[in-house]
Amino acid sequence: MTKTEDTIEELKNNTIPNREEFKPANEQNGGNLQSKASLNNSQPPSGPTFNLKGSQLTLMVLELHEFHFDRFNQQMTQATQRAPNFFQQTPVVLSLEKLSNPNENIDFIDLSQLCQEYGLYPVAIKGGSEEHQLAAIVAGLPRIPASKNRESLTPQKQDSSQNKETKSLSTKAPVDTATLSAISQTVTRPVRSGQQIYAQGGDLIVLAPVSAGAEVLADGNIHVYGPLRGRALAGVKGNSNARIFCHSLEAELISIAGHYKVSEDLRSQPLWKQPMQARLDSKHLIIEKI
Amino acid sequence: MAKIIVVTSGKGGVGKTTTSAAIGTGLALKGKKTAIIDFDVGLRNLDLVMNCERRVVYDFVNVINEEATLNQALIKDKRTEGLFILPASQTRDKDALTQEGVQRVLNELAETFDYIVCDSPAGIEKGAHMAMYFADVAIIVTNPEVSSVRDSDRILGILQSKTMRAETGGEPIEEYLLLTRYSPERVEKGEMLSVEDVEDILAIQLLGIIPESKTVLKASNQGVPVILDDESIAGQAYEDAVNRLLGEEVEHRFLTVAKKGFLKRMFGGNQ
Repeated sequence: MTKTEDTIEELKNNTIPNREEFKPANEQNGGNLQSKASLNNSQPPSGPTFNLKGSQLTLMVLELHEFHFDRFNQQMTQATQRAPNFFQQTPVVLSLEKLSNPNENIDFIDLSQLCQEYGLYPVAIKGGSEEHQLAAIVAGLPRIPASKNRESLTPQKQDSSQNKETKSLSTKAPVDTATLSAISQTVTRPVRSGQQIYAQGGDLIVLAPVSAGAEVLADGNIHVYGPLRGRALAGVKGNSNARIFCHSLEAELISIAGHYKVSEDLRSQPLWKQPMQARLDSKHLIIEKI
Repeated sequence: MAKIIVVTSGKGGVGKTTTSAAIGTGLALKGKKTAIIDFDVGLRNLDLVMNCERRVVYDFVNVINEEATLNQALIKDKRTEGLFILPASQTRDKDALTQEGVQRVLNELAETFDYIVCDSPAGIEKGAHMAMYFADVAIIVTNPEVSSVRDSDRILGILQSKTMRAETGGEPIEEYLLLTRYSPERVEKGEMLSVEDVEDILAIQLLGIIPESKTVLKASNQGVPVILDDESIAGQAYEDAVNRLLGEEVEHRFLTVAKKGFLKRMFGGNQ
């Protein structure tokens, strides 16, 4: 066993102490980001004001078996009591694929309002009949085509027209942009010694060096398009799929979901001062070329 | 409207006061009406370097506390036209500096001066914070060694978050790097960080490189800003820095090992 592997063995059960204590450093960095934003605002308009992008989002799906106002209400109350924190402005897709009676008439305005009372915000319907689609549009819910195995039941031509409609409508859905901007944080100025930046709930993208003595944290991945000289902690809430990418590995510490390596171990890596990515492979922190 | 320049570093002993004196004098020599304020309350030095310690009656804290007017406290430099010094109080501590008081003094100075140079104390506590809070331009004085560079990096972070411009979302402070006590010989031997190393870490614009020179210490002890010594390479480097600060493009000098002539080698050159 090589020396490096030894170190991995030793460290694999170590987790960063007090992980929960890392708090967003918004006070320190918020000012910066805000100043950037207002700077941009003051400049004369140029270029496109928006970009349309394809994106894959994970959304909660509410599979409806039948819609009976009182029973739905009652069962929702029970569900909220079991997991009160879960129901907080959560966007959901109403799936009609599992309806026991596929032709059941559903009042989507009622259903939507009821859901919202429990903190669930329907953003679209999935599957369902043509009648469902029309009723849903009245309630402001676009339709996402049903999963593949059911799609073949509907005529091809109609399907493609629906597709188009879904796309144009779903770009209007407020959740799309809100979620996108919330999940990643971009920093364009160098992260200096003593500064701490935490991208809560998503990725952190740094387009500048991260200095020694600085700390960058993210619930998701960390990308540093410059030398990484400070500490980088990805997946701080335990996401072991998070990764760290950087142009030059000169870090004091890198950590993914609490599994870390310090500078002393990193220096012996062949990728020291090289572009690298770090990921977890069954609790081993792997550093490899990109 | 006056430009407020803060000379800061985080680390002590890197040459902040020497730089404040030299840059302030240099600006005045260029015809800009300049005031240098010593923010190092309790450890005042600027008056020594400017050789006006015998004329101090009132100080910065007196003006903040409205015990004296600005005109009473400002000391006119005897050598350079248009240069004034506002000395620090030696008997008080940094808590005497209040944000409102500092702002009032700076606003009053801004009415008549072109440049206000704030000589920051070392550290990242109140004195340093007050010196940088209202700045438009920051000169980060750094020695080519690891701990000084690290402290400068820290100060740059604070400049981006805890200054008026950062807090109100204004344009960011202009940040310049001034590398002092640079010795090309020692860089060549690998004993000292090179300009490139420091620039790579701090990633800000280079205002100047002041070579290590015996004339700096001599000038400080005699109370003469080193920029007034035309013979000194450090003085010339400061002059270049002032020109760059005023927007001129000047090539960086004194970066390579000076080749000494035969006579100089025999008798030793006084750099």
